[in-house]
Amino acid sequence: MNGSVLQGRAHKLGDHVNTDLIIPATYLVSTDPAELGKHLMEGLDPDFVGRVRPGDMIVAGENFGSGSSREHAPLAIKGAGISCVIASSFARIFFRNAVNAGLPILESPEAVESIQEGDQLVVDLARGRIEDTTASVDFPVPAYPEFMRRIMDAGGLIDHLKSRA
Amino acid sequence: MSRTRRILAEHAGLDEAAPGAFLEVPVDLVLANDVTAPLAIQEFGRLGRETVFDPARVVLVLDHFTPNRDVASAEQCAGVRRFALEHGIERFYDCGEVGIEHVLLPEEGLVRPGDVIIGADSHTCTYGALGAFATGMGSTDVGAAMGTGETWIKVPEAIEVLLTGRPRRWVGGKDVILHLIGALGVDGATYRSLEFTGEGVSALSVEGRLTIANMVIEAGAKNGIFPVDGQAVDFLASVGVDAVAAPVEPDRFGYSGEMTVDLSALEPQVALPSLPENAVAVGEAPTVRLDQVVIGSCTNGRMEDLRSAAEVLKGNRAAPGLRLIVIPGSARVYRQALDEGLFDVFLDAGAVISPPTCGPCLGGHMGVLAAGEKALSTTNRNFVGRMGHRDSEVYLSNPAVAAASAVTGSITDPGEIV
Repeated sequence: MNGSVLQGRAHKLGDHVNTDLIIPATYLVSTDPAELGKHLMEGLDPDFVGRVRPGDMIVAGENFGSGSSREHAPLAIKGAGISCVIASSFARIFFRNAVNAGLPILESPEAVESIQEGDQLVVDLARGRIEDTTASVDFPVPAYPEFMRRIMDAGGLIDHLKSRA
Repeated sequence: MSRTRRILAEHAGLDEAAPGAFLEVPVDLVLANDVTAPLAIQEFGRLGRETVFDPARVVLVLDHFTPNRDVASAEQCAGVRRFALEHGIERFYDCGEVGIEHVLLPEEGLVRPGDVIIGADSHTCTYGALGAFATGMGSTDVGAAMGTGETWIKVPEAIEVLLTGRPRRWVGGKDVILHLIGALGVDGATYRSLEFTGEGVSALSVEGRLTIANMVIEAGAKNGIFPVDGQAVDFLASVGVDAVAAPVEPDRFGYSGEMTVDLSALEPQVALPSLPENAVAVGEAPTVRLDQVVIGSCTNGRMEDLRSAAEVLKGNRAAPGLRLIVIPGSARVYRQALDEGLFDVFLDAGAVISPPTCGPCLGGHMGVLAAGEKALSTTNRNFVGRMGHRDSEVYLSNPAVAAASAVTGSITDPGEIV
């Protein structure tokens, strides 16, 4: 995912958006991101997915992705066309799953506090920067730990393991 | 070092495991279920290995949408069945052998103190009750470990939870963990382990400890872990696992924070919608008309739970219009409950008895809620829409409170019934 610049509008969500809200368990009978994506955030707001345009970003509060270990959550987010998730903090299992599923996730309480619903955002993953072009402000994002960067650079855990074999 | 750090260091072949360090460790057991295994199997396939690392140490349990509720869930189970057969998975549980995974694995003797166990299910942390390091991960992590027999772990800091005193009647593991989540908040232990110590450990049954460890994830914890006392050694011996008792005294080296829970001061707890941190004493719960009560799950589907519920229900009947669902957590629990006559009590109370399944806990099947309905459940999550429609509500409690509330139709202290 390094080197790519993402662009889209912000969809703001609150704290503790758990995986049951992201993709209700009743839909966990598919592993297809496009199929899962049809039901993204259905537990929170059935109209959410209808408002998403490709490239848009989720901007959420504390503890995003808490609850169940379902990797279907990052897959549903990708499948709906969301390009990245910015949150004040992430739940632990979701963080691993997002890395493994190749979904960019950025932790920045400052950006979350500042960004408003519908703001146009530009995220430069290589430089670690979130720019809110609507409000003309930008935010640095701390680098991932070296160990995790190696997994991300390989394109996820499976490709990382294959490259070592 | 904390217990968790000692286990991780030992597995990594190191003298020390500093909090924050990334370690690659061999795993003793890898688990997935019918919801998470399909994706894990797909990722395992991408790894390009012909065999799993050890067919005796990959566990596959078809417990979530089983007996299958629809064609899509049946197809997922069929795929897992084919994989289990093809790879000679020895610990494959289907149909009449199924238990809810976290009830099943301890009673099958698959959990040993000091083990590293990962599972594609967030409640894999249950096994910390028996002194293992056990944590939930996603399907890719588990699919990779099925192939390599290894995983990576960031060494967690620990919060010591000192348990003192003895719980009063109708108070058990569920009340301890709901109280603790209330104190910590749903992200109060994120990335950390909860390490339980103190004389209070031995005042709790092994089943109560399994309930506590089961829900540490609801405070965001990576794992929870208990010392292995004499009771735990006896339980392990009963399932064919040799273990040596260790002291329960506080081990104050290497903890980042400390909490104390006085068991004798605890009242039965109820978590109000829609987060497990909304814990209040049962007497402070609001008056609500309940449509459904569920007794079961990986949290409270063991014998002690069913006995406790039956003690309250004996000679009583569920309130008119209230649906009471009882779900024994495994085939063994099911048979034992039947042998002890508990089924008579439940049936006389007007309950429906389900085969072992996760079912309603995650709004899967066997008791999904309609819009506007309210349920009291002994499960682990009361998130918005967790048990069905997003306008339904779930309250969480221990099995005795659930049983008493089924009788009156609103949230009730079991002391008022018995």
